[in-house]
Amino acid sequence: LIQILLWLPLAVGLACLLLPRRAVPVLAAAGGLVTLVLAALLAIDFDSGLAGLQHAVDESWIPDLGVGYQLGVDGISVFLVVLTALLWAGAVLWSALHRPERERTYFLMLLLAETATLGAFLAQDLLLFVLFFDLMLVPFFFLFGSWGRENEGVRVVPATTKMIVYTLVGSLLMLVGAIATAILAAPPGGELSFSLATLRENLLGEGSQDWIFWFFAAAFLVKMPAFLLHGWMPDAYRVAPLPVLAVFSGVLAKVGAYGFLRVSLPLFPDATEQFQELVLIVALASILYGSAMAFTQTNVRLVIGFSSVAQLGFITLGIFSLRPDGADGAVLQMVNHGLVVAPLIFIVAVLYERSGTEDLTRMGGLAMRAPILAALFLVVTLATLAMPGSSNFVGEFFILNGVFQEKIVYAVVASAGVVLAAFYALRLYQRTMHNRPPEGIESREIGLRPALVIAPLVACIVALALYPGLILERGEPSVELALERPAPPVVTSTEVP
Amino acid sequence: MTFSAPDIDYAGLSPVIALTAGLCAVLLVGLVGRGQRILVSTLSFVTLAAAAGLCIWQWGEAKDLVAGSLRLDDLALAISLICIGSALFAIPLSWREPAAERPGYEPRHGEFQSLVIASTLGMVLLAQAQNLISFFVAFELLSVPLYVLCGAQVRRRESLEAGLKYLIVGSLGSATLLYGMAFIYGASGSTDFAEIGEGIAGGGIFDDPLVLIGIALCAAGLAFKISIAPFHQWTPDVYEGAPTPVTAFMAVATKAAAFCVFLRFFEVALEPATDDWDGALAALAAVSIAVGNIGALAQDSLKRLLGYSGVAQAGYMLVAIVAASEFGASALVFYLAAYALMNLAAFAVVVIRERETAFGDDIRAVQGLGRERPVLAWPLTISMLALAGLPGTAGFIGKLFLIQASVAADFTWLGVAIAIGTMVSLAYYLRVIAYVWMQPAEAPEPDAPGPLPAMAGGSPETDGVRGQRGQTPDGRRCKVIIGFTVLATAATVFFGVVPAPLTNFAESAGEALAASVG
Repeated sequence: LIQILLWLPLAVGLACLLLPRRAVPVLAAAGGLVTLVLAALLAIDFDSGLAGLQHAVDESWIPDLGVGYQLGVDGISVFLVVLTALLWAGAVLWSALHRPERERTYFLMLLLAETATLGAFLAQDLLLFVLFFDLMLVPFFFLFGSWGRENEGVRVVPATTKMIVYTLVGSLLMLVGAIATAILAAPPGGELSFSLATLRENLLGEGSQDWIFWFFAAAFLVKMPAFLLHGWMPDAYRVAPLPVLAVFSGVLAKVGAYGFLRVSLPLFPDATEQFQELVLIVALASILYGSAMAFTQTNVRLVIGFSSVAQLGFITLGIFSLRPDGADGAVLQMVNHGLVVAPLIFIVAVLYERSGTEDLTRMGGLAMRAPILAALFLVVTLATLAMPGSSNFVGEFFILNGVFQEKIVYAVVASAGVVLAAFYALRLYQRTMHNRPPEGIESREIGLRPALVIAPLVACIVALALYPGLILERGEPSVELALERPAPPVVTSTEVP
Repeated sequence: MTFSAPDIDYAGLSPVIALTAGLCAVLLVGLVGRGQRILVSTLSFVTLAAAAGLCIWQWGEAKDLVAGSLRLDDLALAISLICIGSALFAIPLSWREPAAERPGYEPRHGEFQSLVIASTLGMVLLAQAQNLISFFVAFELLSVPLYVLCGAQVRRRESLEAGLKYLIVGSLGSATLLYGMAFIYGASGSTDFAEIGEGIAGGGIFDDPLVLIGIALCAAGLAFKISIAPFHQWTPDVYEGAPTPVTAFMAVATKAAAFCVFLRFFEVALEPATDDWDGALAALAAVSIAVGNIGALAQDSLKRLLGYSGVAQAGYMLVAIVAASEFGASALVFYLAAYALMNLAAFAVVVIRERETAFGDDIRAVQGLGRERPVLAWPLTISMLALAGLPGTAGFIGKLFLIQASVAADFTWLGVAIAIGTMVSLAYYLRVIAYVWMQPAEAPEPDAPGPLPAMAGGSPETDGVRGQRGQTPDGRRCKVIIGFTVLATAATVFFGVVPAPLTNFAESAGEALAASVG
């Protein structure tokens, strides 16, 4: 099942190359939906009580290098997989309904990106994870570069190149880090192995953990993006084609946070503990900076982009509280944020059709004759600002709860971020939907085709708000396992220089 | 008194014999005038294919030939196969190339292809050399035909300049190498690699200045040939000026053969002095990675860009020699094979576009290729991604091998250098891809042909002869080249996903080296 889930999108994408032009969007949409069904089956089949891997696949791939082809899901990744499949189904459907030009290459790239992202979530071999993590960038380079559009004077190709170079800095250092981890962890004369489970049993000495931790952290923090490493984000968000941006913002940022949970915490516990404060500060800075920027930007895309910076700050905060409840909240929040940000971006696309602009100061009054659109948007907005009753509220509550017990100061400052979220989310909603419409903007109801994509996503938000325990319950045992310090015999081996 | 004839191992020498015989035959058949292209090319193909077949037949053997001056083992055979493969690729590339077939003149395929085969012969011998004398002779046999080939387009100033420049710089490199060999012979008293090793180790002359000077000079001489910075200055100019099929052949095959002898010489003969040279070579590798990648950033000519990228790639591969281990040797062979596939595909696209557009090798020649000619755009894109080392291609696995070798040898900082170099390299590889996919095609505005330089026989009478500018787009499609290119690209992706066949190939080469070290 897991194998089909992983490779189906790519197979469909390749099939798209061979088919006549008319059939391509239909096939791609079908592929996206079938993947979603498979992911849902995987989640239904998931046994919530267990902490370890399920549906594991373990085969050798490059035996000379000790690289295995190991896949599996646990409580951390299972809903991220579902989220990935869901958002991709939305994006593919949206694209299929809107007919991009050169659709064969477009869908090939979009579906290749899905396979790569699913691969990153499913991989249980450190090198395989790095491989998929790097592979994700290739299709996005093409998607941003070929189908992006010049916006506010930002040219497409330089912006895209900047994004790729930025994110690959981290990824390549991570590759070196991964190799170093495996070589240093291998017992003398023993077999080299990149398997996460094996690496976990042979932790590194503290000195090597420190620098390797930063190699990985660089990759993850750039991807998120965290404060000071977000330089690529504004330009890339400006030029990106919207359906692609929806999955990019909704899922790819989570891969960074997921990487911390999957790789950094279990493999480098000493270094994690040592640099906890530093990462917490970066996370706090991201929350405050992201919120402040989201409040001052006038481009709708950038408001969303900077709000993502802030939200991922929260998620990082939760993970680095190093407590099960904080990290579990972070897992929930990853799914929440993905679910919220993708419909927001699709709504931006709808608004753009109506008003011909993405500038907040030139929009307004769009709610007048469009109650359904307004209602959908309102649900999304309220979820973004973590209204009590939404599942974002539960997620942020868990995160803050975890941080509060660990480091009270950070929790207090982070709470300010929750308030700021209300500011920028409501401002976004009011400026676009309320007030008197300026010249040349017509308020129209949402069309059937966009609604087909947005409404199910909003329905998911509502459903999750009613039952966030769905994710929390399944996440908890796995998170605890990730945070747990490995068993005693291993601790002795780390003491040996 | 009885005279016993020396025992000649014909089986072991068979690839060399096949190439030599084929070389003579091609040269003679080249005297035929009309329609020689098919005849000569068929003969060359047969020769190279026979040599390759004999190499495969000998796979797994490990023996000394010609009184120990050559060593036939899996390492030598692996490198021979890479070189022969690139020669096979270079021959269809040269069809309709003005250097071999200029409109209005007698075709010269016989000369051209026999030179390619002669150079291949030198490479095969160089891969087997384990004696200073055979090393040097093979080295020259490799180089001299290439000097001629670079200048083969005798009516084009750039080609002549490239030939001359390569001749002078290459001779300087050879002289340096020879000088270094003399020092090493002086210090150790032998020309045989294994005996040099014993001499250096047993004589207790580790820090003998003679050895150190010898090592330094030999390293410099070899660095010229594989274009390691700061000995790379000739590379971009010669790559740009030489006829493109020659550039493709030279970039891939020369590097493979020279790296092979580099590996054998340093890890068999100079193994006892490893501590003396590995730091210096590590520094050279780092400099080369930096210079190559930064130099390539601003290039508009695809051939220059690939030249600088070759300097950087040579730096990556030198890391494998610094690692000085069996694993390093496997990494090097793997990377060389992957590098051959991706670089040949890239050069083939350049060759095709040179013939189809008036832009020559300027980056504008590939502009808008994604819409117009996807069958060319994909190979170019994939080879660029592979050269950049992105996953899903053989380039990624190659980089993985190299980084792993460097970390295992306690040169982690070199692994980081590879990573940073790769990052910088993305800026120019992605620029090419952006031109291919993200820009509309530009209407060509060909430069007017200038008068011929006097050195190239230019005079008012000959000016205006067709074909002066080297390339005249004639609109004909090059189906065979496209076929080969697609094949190489498919192999790049295949070995990126299923690397096992190529890793086994590289591993047995590495084991062979380890066995000859002892």
